[in-house]
Amino acid sequence: MSEKALRPPRPVASEGPLARAALIAVALVFLSLFLFLPLVVVFWEALRNGLGPYVAALAEPDALASVRLTLLVAVISVPLNLVFGVAAAWAVAKFEFKGKSLLVTLIDLPFSVSPVVSGLIYVLLFGAHGVFGPWLKSHGVEIIFAVPGIVLATVFVTFPFVARELIPLMQDQGSLDEEAALSLGANGWQTFWRITLPNIRWALLYGVLLCNARAMGEFGAVSVVSGHIRGLTNTMPLHVEILYNEYNSVAAFAVASLLALLALATLIIKTLLEIFYGDGLANSSRRH
Amino acid sequence: MTFAFRQKTALPGFHLALGYTLVYLSLIVLLPLAALVLRTSSLGLAGIVDLALQPRILASLRTSFGIAFAAAAFNAVFGLIVAWVLVRYDFPGRRFLDAAVDLPFALPTAVAGIALAALYAPTGWVGGLLEPLGLKVAYTPLGIGVALVFIGLPFVVRTVEPVIRELEPEIEEAAATLGANRGQTLRRVILPALLPAIITGFALAFARGVGEYGSVIFIAGNIPYVSEIAPLLIIVRLEEFDYAGATAIATLMLVAAFAILLFINLVQAWSRRRFGYV
Repeated sequence: MSEKALRPPRPVASEGPLARAALIAVALVFLSLFLFLPLVVVFWEALRNGLGPYVAALAEPDALASVRLTLLVAVISVPLNLVFGVAAAWAVAKFEFKGKSLLVTLIDLPFSVSPVVSGLIYVLLFGAHGVFGPWLKSHGVEIIFAVPGIVLATVFVTFPFVARELIPLMQDQGSLDEEAALSLGANGWQTFWRITLPNIRWALLYGVLLCNARAMGEFGAVSVVSGHIRGLTNTMPLHVEILYNEYNSVAAFAVASLLALLALATLIIKTLLEIFYGDGLANSSRRH
Repeated sequence: MTFAFRQKTALPGFHLALGYTLVYLSLIVLLPLAALVLRTSSLGLAGIVDLALQPRILASLRTSFGIAFAAAAFNAVFGLIVAWVLVRYDFPGRRFLDAAVDLPFALPTAVAGIALAALYAPTGWVGGLLEPLGLKVAYTPLGIGVALVFIGLPFVVRTVEPVIRELEPEIEEAAATLGANRGQTLRRVILPALLPAIITGFALAFARGVGEYGSVIFIAGNIPYVSEIAPLLIIVRLEEFDYAGATAIATLMLVAAFAILLFINLVQAWSRRRFGYV
């Protein structure tokens, strides 16, 4: 048989080579205009005057203060939502109870609320004219226009991330492993630490990764509650806004480039998790 | 006392886990949302409608909803093409493109905002090319559309992709052997099967676009009655200490968000009945 005959016939269930090339070209142009060029512009504008001004912009005290605040907010809010995510997933995935689907809907609720509204609700609750405003004021507690408000708003917008990664995975995994451990004499916490946690570790990391990216990058909700006090209540995204509005473009893009690097690192780790540990992730997150 | 509503299982920790979940959920999500509902109910339905009919608020709502709708429709078309190309064709860099689609989820909105503004400004790389054609993007409603296309893109691609992957090639082959040409197969066999996913992706992108703030305000120009989005007007009202106005806009947006959520659930229920998958 000649080599030619071995080649599979052109599949009927596909487009011709010309249509393929055209569609790929359309997708590439579209993604370039809306994804890649914006990303490149960040670094281009940040380094437009060379490395010196770039480094100087990052070493500036207000910029450093914004980095510190962003890290602080993430360090508080991510673990809070991590513990909640595990508790919620344990309750939802391992037990049957009435109102479960309502609970799952409520957990996802913050994703459907506009970031600005997410900030507003805390102002209505804790602001000077809010429900608890007068009481807080008479007790000297500051929440709005201070760090606690920023943390609360961040916790709200990142609320569902860990839970929604864990719930489908733990539902898939069932309870057989845990039941075996219990029947062999392990107590509840031993079962959780030695059986459940290793089973869900990659999904947990995946959820924490996405939660952290959003916590460090949140703008709208934080903007409403922050008060924009330079060096005190400005997170990195808010600092970017201030610099940009002062026409200090290089400095704005320099701080923005750090956030862009964070986004790139998040995407890379996320993709690696999907490739190497896809089996340990929820179905919806498995992609490769 | 036993909780009759719980099924028997050997696993411990139900009360602790559920109790913690409910307390935390109430403190972080339900209580603050209740504050909004409380404030809204003190305005009354007539009060809300009165406020919403103020020309500036009405204009901002029209801007937010109208442009979010157009951007989501744009994404439905191009997101479908991207998803199709990523699933069906093999070409160098496919994996990379697939991972890159999530960029709008990962990139902070403020960063996206200033980058898009710089790119589509008259002096920017793309804006400079469009300017001679008489097309102004940045600081016009068109700029809002660009930002919302960026933000909504992954919703469509990620919703449609798995459904394309699940399509059985036998069905397309059957259509071909029955005499359909490729265009007919795409239009009459594949597109109907993808439609629920496309609608869901469209609705998710639309919902996100309506509430989006960070990526929009830098490129929008923010001119009242022209390019001022509803979330920005909430902040403007707050800064004027007009809590009633801010609450009214927020309530309308929240109601719209829930309506879209309900719509998505209906589409998925319909899809499950009709096609057996979401």
